[in-house]
Amino acid sequence: MSKREKQAIGQQILAAFRAAGAQEVAPDILLEAETLLDLYGEDIRARAYVTQDPIRGEMMLRPDFTVPVVQMHMANGAEPARYCYLGEVFRKQDHGETRPEHPRDNEYLQAGFELFARDPEADAEVFALFHDILAPLNLQASMGDMDLLMDAVRALPLSGARRAALLHHIWRPRRFARLLARFATPAEARSFPESGAPWTGLRSPAEMQARIDRLRGDAAEAPLAPQWVERLERLFAIGAPAPEALRQLRELVAEIPDIAEAVDRLERNLAALAARGIDVGAVHFDASHGRHTMEYYDGMTFSFAAAGHEDWPPVASGGRYDALAAVLGQAQGRSIPAVGGIIRPGLVHELGGQILGKAA
Amino acid sequence: MIRLGVPSKGRLMEQCFDWFAARGVRLSRAGSDREYAGRVDGAENVALVLLSAGEIPRELMAGRIHLGVTGTDLIREKLAGWRSHVEELAPMGFGHADLILAVPACWSDCDSLDDFATIARDFRAEHGFRLRIATKYHRLVRAWLSAEEVADYQLVDSQGATEGTVANLTAEAIADITSSGETLRANHLKIIGEEPLLRSQATLLRSLSAGDETEVRDFVARIGL
Repeated sequence: MSKREKQAIGQQILAAFRAAGAQEVAPDILLEAETLLDLYGEDIRARAYVTQDPIRGEMMLRPDFTVPVVQMHMANGAEPARYCYLGEVFRKQDHGETRPEHPRDNEYLQAGFELFARDPEADAEVFALFHDILAPLNLQASMGDMDLLMDAVRALPLSGARRAALLHHIWRPRRFARLLARFATPAEARSFPESGAPWTGLRSPAEMQARIDRLRGDAAEAPLAPQWVERLERLFAIGAPAPEALRQLRELVAEIPDIAEAVDRLERNLAALAARGIDVGAVHFDASHGRHTMEYYDGMTFSFAAAGHEDWPPVASGGRYDALAAVLGQAQGRSIPAVGGIIRPGLVHELGGQILGKAA
Repeated sequence: MIRLGVPSKGRLMEQCFDWFAARGVRLSRAGSDREYAGRVDGAENVALVLLSAGEIPRELMAGRIHLGVTGTDLIREKLAGWRSHVEELAPMGFGHADLILAVPACWSDCDSLDDFATIARDFRAEHGFRLRIATKYHRLVRAWLSAEEVADYQLVDSQGATEGTVANLTAEAIADITSSGETLRANHLKIIGEEPLLRSQATLLRSLSAGDETEVRDFVARIGL
């Protein structure tokens, strides 16, 4: 498959992003590993190419654009701001036990759009932009909302420590389920016999004591009532055409009043999409959609997938990442809500390359 | 001529020689103890290649040796997609070692991986960086922790004396191979979790890319496999 053709498709997408008001940026290919490691954790090392610079230390070949674009914006961007980019990202695959017959590309193009704005219509703007560019490909659009799930977790009648633990692990489904199951059963009092071993390592006795105190306090907590677990499971399992999902969510609001705000927001988002001419009945809303995406999404998430290519990654994906933007803006004392996404021109090419229905 | 790769040093080499001797094939060093050439008695068309155990996975993958003896741990750590490159013919019953995760023994609040995951999260909040695990088994440890959904940690490379990294404040935990656990205890560390990440032992492996399949099959049949 020719690189030139993929590049040409990428340029078409870029033109559509520019037409939507975005300024084109060209972040570096070599990025400081430390920032990425701190944000993504050790898993990124299994996916990104790491290399060593004698002066700058550990560097990574750009595994995605979001971090450098946010950094660029925080350093000198005015607001609101729209950015677009086209370039290679580099991802290695660790094969586990068996080498795949057709390894995925380890270097491929991404065309992306990032919007930094306090506008309540930002979600709809980004989703609609991607939807319109990709319309001729008849992809399956899916949407989720991490904030909806997090609001439901925050609403659980639990101690602050238990809530924080659940929120922290919301992206790790089995660990989350285990924690929830544990909180729903009477806590067992645990003993912490002194080991007799001398203290060693950087973690201090005070840190251990703080955790032991927390665990002792936790043992006194009443178990979470089963109906809360059941409500949460029902919410997480919602998956239906968006209008039907919205109806199911409305019903759940009676039982989990704290999700009312997020449900209202979803309703406004869907109305805004409909006003932009999108058939929201064809959009699949999956409450848990964001749990399978990058950990930094904390609001709306979306993806566009090709039917019949279940082994492919989505042709396009994105979402809201306010917390990530806040973390990266800390040094400048800046914070602004952010939402964005990427399209893979290589996959668009494999699907025939016909894009830009309405946007053209 | 098929090439058989065997660890070149110490107890592992002797146990290999014993294992083959019990199956009618006498392996020995040619000449002096310092020479890395070998002799094979009791089988024709077999050449003995003495190699570092850590290089045997690579040589098998490249097809430069037809058969090789090395630890399960090294095969899985060093060969991505190892099943596509080598076939495990026989566990050999020696060189047993477990890849384990160990933390300071003084952590009386840490008995399980769930405890460890929570401690890692607290540690990151307290210290502003991720809890460090010293290891040389990067791929195995990362894949295991990812499957167990443990986050908030980082791996730091340690190619030797790994048990000392905790006392030296360059890591908070270690992931390493242990057989008796004595070095761990001497360094005031304890193993967490019921099951090790991996149970390793010396294994006879066949390269899937070295060719000469009839000769390899004949030799393997001759040693009763």
